[in-house]
Amino acid sequence: MERVIIKQFTQQVNITDEVMARIGELTSHYPEGKQKSALLPVLHLVQDAHDNWLSVDLMDKVAEILQIKPIEVYEVATFYSMYNLKPVAKYKFEFCRTACCSIRGAEDLMDYTCSKLGVKEGEITPDGLFSVAGVECLGACGYAPMLQLGDFYHEHMTPEKIDELIENCKQGKVEFYSE
Amino acid sequence: MGKKILTEKINIPGIREYDVYRQNGGYKSVEKALKEMTPEQLVESVKASGLRGRGGAGFPVGMKWSFIDKKSGKPRHLLVNADESEPGTFKDRYLMEFIPHLLIEGAIVSSFALEANLSYIYIRGEYMFVFKILEKAIKEAYANGWLGKNILGTGYNLDLYVHCGAGAYICGEETAQIESLEGKRGNPRIKPPFPAVSGLWNEPTVVNNVESIASIPWITLNGGEEYAKIGIGRSTGTKLISASGHIKNPGVYEIEMGMTVDEFMNSDEYLGGMIDDRPLKALIPGGSSVQILPPQYIFKTANGDDRLMSYESWSDGGPVTGSSLGSGGFIVYNDTACIVRNTWNLSRFYHHESCGQCSPCREGTGWMEKILYRIEHGQGTEEDVDLLWDIQANIEGNTICPLGDAAAWPVAAAIRHFREEFEYHIRFPEKIKNRNHFREEPMEKVRQLLVK
Repeated sequence: MERVIIKQFTQQVNITDEVMARIGELTSHYPEGKQKSALLPVLHLVQDAHDNWLSVDLMDKVAEILQIKPIEVYEVATFYSMYNLKPVAKYKFEFCRTACCSIRGAEDLMDYTCSKLGVKEGEITPDGLFSVAGVECLGACGYAPMLQLGDFYHEHMTPEKIDELIENCKQGKVEFYSE
Repeated sequence: MGKKILTEKINIPGIREYDVYRQNGGYKSVEKALKEMTPEQLVESVKASGLRGRGGAGFPVGMKWSFIDKKSGKPRHLLVNADESEPGTFKDRYLMEFIPHLLIEGAIVSSFALEANLSYIYIRGEYMFVFKILEKAIKEAYANGWLGKNILGTGYNLDLYVHCGAGAYICGEETAQIESLEGKRGNPRIKPPFPAVSGLWNEPTVVNNVESIASIPWITLNGGEEYAKIGIGRSTGTKLISASGHIKNPGVYEIEMGMTVDEFMNSDEYLGGMIDDRPLKALIPGGSSVQILPPQYIFKTANGDDRLMSYESWSDGGPVTGSSLGSGGFIVYNDTACIVRNTWNLSRFYHHESCGQCSPCREGTGWMEKILYRIEHGQGTEEDVDLLWDIQANIEGNTICPLGDAAAWPVAAAIRHFREEFEYHIRFPEKIKNRNHFREEPMEKVRQLLVK
């Protein structure tokens, strides 16, 4: 999959004191001068605090905080599939569709979810709430079919459970980040 | 019931919490190791246990430990590989999610054996909920004096942190993982130098799988010789098997190595046989990178011996009629599964996960994916199967890390054992339009069409 940075997407960068304190804690896990090691965890952290995606401005800010070059952040952000480089839906349904999930009906369930939401794979619903994507093995092979939503796995999924999950998302009742 | 070492206590209510874990004998191996044993004795004990790396490669853990450079005086590190991403494998998550302190206990004893004072657990980013469980457990371990300065008053210092990845299968490869932990792209390094000499920040580092490290407390408390009595031959101890696919009871099982495949597959205590009692078509015994096998080589080897759940038995027959125990990712396929679609699916996976450093892998995985896509979608030609064979043969052995081999082997084995399904797709494109075509018309029913 091609992962490129597109500058036209912009976001308001806001590193709160709370986020800054957590960055300080994360960098303390590595020896002095090795603060670049905190890059992956820090990107997760700031992404979570910025509607789940990373703009160029936000990546530049991370570079400044960790005292590394912006390119060092970009090359990492484009390599790892969990970093979103453009705005995303609030509820991103990420279906595992690798072998074990595939043979247990992952693709059929993805098709069901797409038609239920009226989107194709990769599209976002007009209200900005939902999107559907296929991703590679999430390590839940025995509990297929399954999807990831935020920090959580939803396993042994069925069309009925998908309906329920969509409804709960609409009502804001779905937990997104684990404690 | 077989011997349980890793999962013996996993069902105790509240075992995820420190107090319950401690009340049930937790952290005793740290007391024994730090107060009664030397690092050398620990390394010897693990050598004697015969424990082999549980991530997939099966390299002896004690030997890996003995390679760590203690002479240069550079800081040493243990890196626990929790980047579980091999399709079919979900065993490490089970341990970390339900008994996180076992891993921490093992990491402390192992770090002491390696004389490491700063160690990490590298967990895949998708396991964020597990990351947070581990983070909490580590805090509890610090609060109770098992981590930090002067542990148990012995003068030994250890800091242990959990570090998360961000979605890259390749970071399960040890040198890619080190790169990633340094805050870089996960590009594997050329070996030598090996991590035991020059690893994290160019300092001596040992990278071990979660399941390997979680076995260390038992080995420390009971002795390597006792561990070596469990299992069979050079496959000592117990192994976690993650079972998925068309079986009645998918899930994670701890088995004593040496059990017959037949018992594991068909007894009610384990997988309970095939779902809906449909016929078995194929099995991948050790994660998606190992050879897929047809029924005649699953329960018996080519020589007619019983196939056993062990490193040696699964590799009996080599790539031609055998496979590998690998990570213990046990994927079962019934007659509704399409081997062509499955092979395309796995090639897509490896193409997606190739880091792009070596051209045979970067280009070859994409090329295989394209060919398999067209065969699966009814646009394949007779020459495509031979072309696929040629490409996989030219990837294997020609890359820096084993991802190239891992991408090549499943394709080779699928062609070797299931060539008729490729031919069926190529010759009868109108029959395979629906991706679930084998549900309605399994290979058994259409095989006669292939007779020219």
